Amino acid sequence: MSSSLTLVQRKPGYSKPLRSLTYAFLTAVALAWMVPILGAFYSSLRPYAETQRKGIFSMPDSLSFKNYGDAFKQGGMGGWHGTFANTAFIVFPSIALILLFSSFMAFAVSRFTWRFNITLLLIFTAGNLLPAQVIFKPLFSFYEHVPWPNFLSDTNTGHLLGTKIAVIIIHVAFQTGFCTFVLSNYMKTIPKELNEAALVDGASVPRQFFQIILPLCRPALAALATLEFTWLYNDFFWAVVLLNQGSERPITSSIANLGGQYFSNDNLIAAGSMIIAMPTLAVYLMLQKQFISGLTLGASKG
Amino acid sequence: MSGTTEQSPSPRDVGFSINRRQVLIGGAGAASAAALLAACGSDAKTTPATTGGATGGTTAGTTAATSGAAAGGEVTFGSNYSDAKPKEAMQAAIDSTGLKVKVNTTDHNSYQGNITNYLAQPDDVLCWFAGYRMRFFADKGLVGDISDVWSKFTDFGDSFKTASTGNDGKQYFVPLYYYPWAVHYRKSVFAEKGYKVPTNKAELVALATKMQADGLIPFAYANDGKWPVQGTFDILNMRVNGYKYHVDLLAGKEKWTDPKTKAVFTAWAELLPFHQTNANGRTWQEAATSLEKKEAGMYYLGTFVATNSKDQAYLDDLDFFNFPALDDKIGADALDAPIDGFMMAAKPKNIEGAKALLAGLGTAKAVDAFLKIEGASVAANGKADTSGYNAIQKKSQELVSKAKNIAQFLDRDTSPDFVSNVIGDAFAAFVADPTQVDTILKGIEDKKSTYLS
Amino acid sequence: MSTDITSPDITAAAPPHRGRRRRYSQLSRSDKVWLSLMVGIPSAIHIAFVWLPAIGTIMLSFTKWDGIHLGTWTGVGFKNYWTIFTVFDDKFFPALFNNLILLVFLAACSLVGVLLAYLLDKGVRGSAIYQSIYYLPVVLSLAVVGFIWKSVMYSQSQGLFNVGRTTPIDFLGNSQKLFEFHVPFLSFPLGLTKNFAALLLAMAWRHIGYVMVLYLAGLKSVDPSLREAASIDGCNEWQTFRRVVFPVMKPINVVVLVITVIEALRAFDIIVALKEPIGTTVLGVLVKNNLTGEGGGQVGIGSAYGVILLLLCLGFIIWYLINNYREQEL
Repeated sequence: MSSSLTLVQRKPGYSKPLRSLTYAFLTAVALAWMVPILGAFYSSLRPYAETQRKGIFSMPDSLSFKNYGDAFKQGGMGGWHGTFANTAFIVFPSIALILLFSSFMAFAVSRFTWRFNITLLLIFTAGNLLPAQVIFKPLFSFYEHVPWPNFLSDTNTGHLLGTKIAVIIIHVAFQTGFCTFVLSNYMKTIPKELNEAALVDGASVPRQFFQIILPLCRPALAALATLEFTWLYNDFFWAVVLLNQGSERPITSSIANLGGQYFSNDNLIAAGSMIIAMPTLAVYLMLQKQFISGLTLGASKG
Repeated sequence: MSGTTEQSPSPRDVGFSINRRQVLIGGAGAASAAALLAACGSDAKTTPATTGGATGGTTAGTTAATSGAAAGGEVTFGSNYSDAKPKEAMQAAIDSTGLKVKVNTTDHNSYQGNITNYLAQPDDVLCWFAGYRMRFFADKGLVGDISDVWSKFTDFGDSFKTASTGNDGKQYFVPLYYYPWAVHYRKSVFAEKGYKVPTNKAELVALATKMQADGLIPFAYANDGKWPVQGTFDILNMRVNGYKYHVDLLAGKEKWTDPKTKAVFTAWAELLPFHQTNANGRTWQEAATSLEKKEAGMYYLGTFVATNSKDQAYLDDLDFFNFPALDDKIGADALDAPIDGFMMAAKPKNIEGAKALLAGLGTAKAVDAFLKIEGASVAANGKADTSGYNAIQKKSQELVSKAKNIAQFLDRDTSPDFVSNVIGDAFAAFVADPTQVDTILKGIEDKKSTYLS
Repeated sequence: MSTDITSPDITAAAPPHRGRRRRYSQLSRSDKVWLSLMVGIPSAIHIAFVWLPAIGTIMLSFTKWDGIHLGTWTGVGFKNYWTIFTVFDDKFFPALFNNLILLVFLAACSLVGVLLAYLLDKGVRGSAIYQSIYYLPVVLSLAVVGFIWKSVMYSQSQGLFNVGRTTPIDFLGNSQKLFEFHVPFLSFPLGLTKNFAALLLAMAWRHIGYVMVLYLAGLKSVDPSLREAASIDGCNEWQTFRRVVFPVMKPINVVVLVITVIEALRAFDIIVALKEPIGTTVLGVLVKNNLTGEGGGQVGIGSAYGVILLLLCLGFIIWYLINNYREQEL
């Protein structure tokens, strides 16, 4: 990481013992942090019959990735109606809409003066912090009675309830608040002169937004996309209460599918857990740099 | 037991699925004609009911298949059989009806917790349990009256009909199978140590004491999820106070603070030292494993205890006995034997298809197909083929048929709301600290009126 | 990072923006339409799907309803609240106390997160690797976190923490209290149960990484010259942090604080994933069980629990927002 190297040179250094102490501390924490995951990983490599007899943490007779294949199959993860695909159908449209709407809002409230500017921002931010289960019941009844044409969903329920659209809507409604907050803070750091200059050139509002402001917000958008991906991907509350068709449920329900009413194979669940963790981990690692820089400016330049 | 269960995938793959394909191909041709018939008039409604399940026995399956085609279209089916083996078994039962069924499987636990939400938008036919748990939804108008399907059933005993009947006297449920709760043990351990199956309280206590002396935990015990110890309460209440009191208590007619109720907890506290400690943090699967590993001598649980193991030698070694009488005047003729089966949505999209499917699932053929793979429970249908039963299944059937009174299970015999919000915590608190019994019982009684009124 | 056009330097050079924003009235007609849509659509969705249901829950909390058929509710005034405070007091107050414990604990975890971020920001070789490891639990689904702690770490029969013990410890089932105290108006003591303490560890595992990343992001934006100036002025490490870095980080501090408080109040999913052992209930679990549980539920009581939770959250949210927007035009 080149950035960390330059940082090493630039920042005031440690004394030598302090430096060793720091490394020792950071490494110790890192090791402790890895233990649960490594434990689950180890468990995922072992066959059921063996751990049933000897316990998870014993010397292995055999290690294999067989559980992964089984978990993938039994958890119903693959295919167009598998849990991975369902998650993708929910998460990607949600993130696109969330980022679009929140950058609309952020643009409007941060680049223009409105009478209700702050009020709106207050409502949005506060809304995002409400507990999900508190709004569940009325929302459920609402979804239950709002007709929804079958050609716009793959469930044919006739109502919004039970469709992925219902889940997407609540994700968008909820998360737009947080993203508006971060993005509006971010946009405030962009010099106003850019707008003024654009105005002199006769640029319309949509042109200013799409061609000038939005491209400058890329780091913040990347950071938010990373965070939102993690959150929406991992949601299981809304998915379970709003989607009654098992074939509509997202990846988080795969664990429950493996969980077992009767026979419970922890190694299989561990393998399932590892598979489920991979996409979010990959997204984080891929966008780690943007993630940090995007959040940086948004959050601390209020 | 199940040499058959272990190898079950292959016969199904070869037999049933081919069978199903043939039926589907045949059915597809008949479907359009059937739709025309259905369009002709109101007698279409009676068609499936007259044919489906009318004759019972093995022939009924084929009849049901015909009627399924007559009912036309796809039936949707909500299943909570999410484990690999039960899922396959349920599919086999459905396939045996020959109907075109779209199965919606959701995981067992969230299906149950989410049932009210699910019933806002149910499939045509759905899996559920008998008892208060079924009658509650019937009262609320969330499930459909299937008395006409029942009028054609001839294979079920009266007790099953009663268990399928709502408070309004109509039928809302089709039973598939049941399983008793009993004290499980390993025959080899009993033989090796010279233990005898106890028939009364003194013998039970003597046996448990001896096991302790031999370094065994007398009873394996678990309460993760807060439902397993409800079984203990049920059986103790039925042994101490009898079936009638048990049912009345759960219906809210008796008081939890009554000395008779407290006597149950006194008995429970007496037996607790013979149980595995720290039950609240243990899954029943873990407790079952300690029975398998011979760390524990006995385990009071439903016969599904066997489903946790794949070791055939252990399964052959597994046996059970009825929980002994604690009071000679009360005896030991009541027990928990929950019935699982199906309900119909209040307004199914395909009502003819739904009823045809329920009729088909009520046949001996369907339950035979199910049990052939599941291999642990007992068929509700009286004409089911019992020749393939393993020892446990045979014994289960015998035990239940001898019992005078059958309870479902605590969370099926009273408001599930009350159980999940009050009883679960209360019993867990009792198991953790039996000395708090008075506070705990008062807490239950105070909260009861919120749920049962 | 520092070559980015949006880096702090440019912002610092920019003139203050007060009064420089454009007035709505100066815009052309089509621009007005555009702006109205840009504000209108997201606001309508947000208000319709978040705030209206929240108001609905408040109204339902004054009714008795089985949650099944619309319109079958009957008004009961404050009875649900009264029931909660009297009949269900042995559920409500321990849950509330657990939320409080969680709040204090997560606040302490936040400090650890801040410490880790600070150390990493000082320039450590392999910083990215450390970051990734600390952040790892945050990306995991709570269903996965629940499974890992329940089965891999805490299980009596096979958990890592019980390996080699002849008498295993029941981490998640033991509801004995580590400490307890009596409250005058309650007939039972409040206290921290052992299993809730065990659960806290699983929560710390996630929370610390979360705070670490947020804080690290904030620290990256602190102008290095500030620290250099401080060290030239003879400030030691702690003084530099306390007097220079921490105050500059105020917006991030507020964000971390709010996240900590809200997470502590809203928490429910990890406890549900661990099957809600006795002694570990928090308000969010009570709301969930009464509103979405089997049997239709007591919607009135569940909503009343929800409203209490809502009020607690809103109190902090309002404080936070005032804090955040105070310095801006209102």
